[in-house]
Amino acid sequence: MSSMVQPSLTISTVGSGQLTFAGDWTLEFFHQVKQQLTPLIEHENLISADTEIDLTGLTRLDTVGCQLLIDHIGEDHWQAWLAQPNDRITEVRRQLLLTVMSALRENGLVATPRQSRLLSDGLASVGKKISELSAHSIKLMAFIGLTLSVLLRVFYQPKRWRITSFFAHLEQAGFNALPIVALLTFLVGAVVAFMGATLLTKFGANIYTVHLVSFSFLREFGPLLAAIIIAGRTASAFTAQIGSMRSHEEIDAIRVLGLDAIELLVIPRLLALLVALPILTFVAMMSGILGGILVAQATLDISSTMFLSVLQQNVGLHHFWVGMAKAPFFAFIIVMISCLEGFKVSGSAQSVGEHTTASVVQSIFMVIVIDAIFAVVCMEMGW
Amino acid sequence: MNSIIEVRQLHNQFGRQVVHHQLDLDVLEGEILSVVGGSGTGKSVLLRSIVGLNQPKSGKIRILGQMLQPLPSSERSALKQQLGVLFQQGALFSSLTVAENVALPLLEHRGLTRKEAHQVALMKLGLVGLPKDAAQKFPANLSGGMIKRAALARALALDPRILFLDEPTAGLDPISAAEFDQLILTLRNALGLTVFMVTHDLDTIYTISDRIAVISQQRVLVNDRIDLVAAHPDPWIQAYFHGPRGRAAQQTQSALSSGADM
Repeated sequence: MSSMVQPSLTISTVGSGQLTFAGDWTLEFFHQVKQQLTPLIEHENLISADTEIDLTGLTRLDTVGCQLLIDHIGEDHWQAWLAQPNDRITEVRRQLLLTVMSALRENGLVATPRQSRLLSDGLASVGKKISELSAHSIKLMAFIGLTLSVLLRVFYQPKRWRITSFFAHLEQAGFNALPIVALLTFLVGAVVAFMGATLLTKFGANIYTVHLVSFSFLREFGPLLAAIIIAGRTASAFTAQIGSMRSHEEIDAIRVLGLDAIELLVIPRLLALLVALPILTFVAMMSGILGGILVAQATLDISSTMFLSVLQQNVGLHHFWVGMAKAPFFAFIIVMISCLEGFKVSGSAQSVGEHTTASVVQSIFMVIVIDAIFAVVCMEMGW
Repeated sequence: MNSIIEVRQLHNQFGRQVVHHQLDLDVLEGEILSVVGGSGTGKSVLLRSIVGLNQPKSGKIRILGQMLQPLPSSERSALKQQLGVLFQQGALFSSLTVAENVALPLLEHRGLTRKEAHQVALMKLGLVGLPKDAAQKFPANLSGGMIKRAALARALALDPRILFLDEPTAGLDPISAAEFDQLILTLRNALGLTVFMVTHDLDTIYTISDRIAVISQQRVLVNDRIDLVAAHPDPWIQAYFHGPRGRAAQQTQSALSSGADM
């Protein structure tokens, strides 16, 4: 590469003045170029209409050099200078100057990036978040209504049931999640039993470990853990699937072909999870209690037969039904949130990521909220 | 005129499929060179080999007299900054606005402040004919033609000496394509660029190319002015330039230039 020459500007004030440019006026020397030009800003009277400009010493000039020259000396001055018949500038440089000038005229330098103001921006973002939240809740309710109406319509037309899609999602969201759900609830079951063992032994109430494990798993931990695992595992998958279809215009293609995206994409996922989550909940309860049985046997000398007979005599069946009853509600809200977030994806890869995160966070949040509502209702009803 | 890019004995191979064998090519300083060839003849692979995105099996590639591969990383980066690449789909970063896309290389390589980089970016966007309000948009909100222009502005951000264009007019409507051709011609004349272009667009080839390189049979079959290339006896070249589309483009071009003479 040819060697570089530092840019320089000599300002002469003799007569109407002369500006003599030399060196490389290029992007590489951006700061030096700016520095050379500062006297022109500080002393505005340095340039008059008759000021001579000498570019013959310039070794290199690029678009950025041109931009700085035009910004500091003024377009009018250059126009006048270029209009004079002169051989002090090569044709290529004349073209370059004119091109940058017209580019700057198109995109004047008004639109600088907005300055951020701490307080007002903070308030604005809070307001924006809140209005987004309310808009989002309305959207979610509208989406639930839409899905239910499509579900009702499809219900009476067995031809339009998407059996293949249903079973594919049942396998992905249900069957493939069995090992992780079973393992995690088994471990939590063991932990709860340990907790019972350490605390209850002090009161000589060892046997109540059975109640602790079975009550908590039948009523709360079974359904809640299964739902949270599914919210993390399946909600993200649903959002990413629908979102990437959306960003590749596949959803638009579905609509243009006269098909219903809700019927094709949402209903099979909804039905699959409505079946899968109760099954997973049942597995979670059983495997949690199994963890409890093992710990009780190992540390508390409660044999498995004794554990099961206490379970049978003292823990009512209705606890099991309360737990199972929550599962379809959890499944429903998880599918609704994840599919809606998928449909909200717009174009970019980043948007898919954002909505997938939102989908998981909202699903887990709503699962816990619904669980809390159930707890209050059941307590009031004495179930 | 001296060669700004020299490709010598290039050999590219993927598995057992040989793409280039003993390929020689010269790109002259200041010219617009169009590379044409059938699908799968390795036009894009050639472009990727020259800019260093693809490691050739053997052969030498000199850019501005320097080989890219053996250079230490700092000098390689400096040499790469002399190259601007316009990818076929634009490859704008989707998480940045158009102005930020153009400002990124200025911030990373030239240490400009954000404000300075933004002003330079706006100038570059003006250079490629994008309106001011496009600067704050995200790539997802732009039309195909605007994406190409924005990507061109990013390719020009560091004032490169060589511009690589991969199918610059593919997917554009004929009017936008013609405008884009003129834009490249104007920028080449004003900025003194050398342009290496892979294209299928016969109108582009006739309108703005100085020379054509035809890739066929794993090498550059012929590399010359368009009238000389079109006269080559190779059957593929004959079919390409004298098929219905080739003739139409040629007629348009001769009608245009005779109109300009009057």
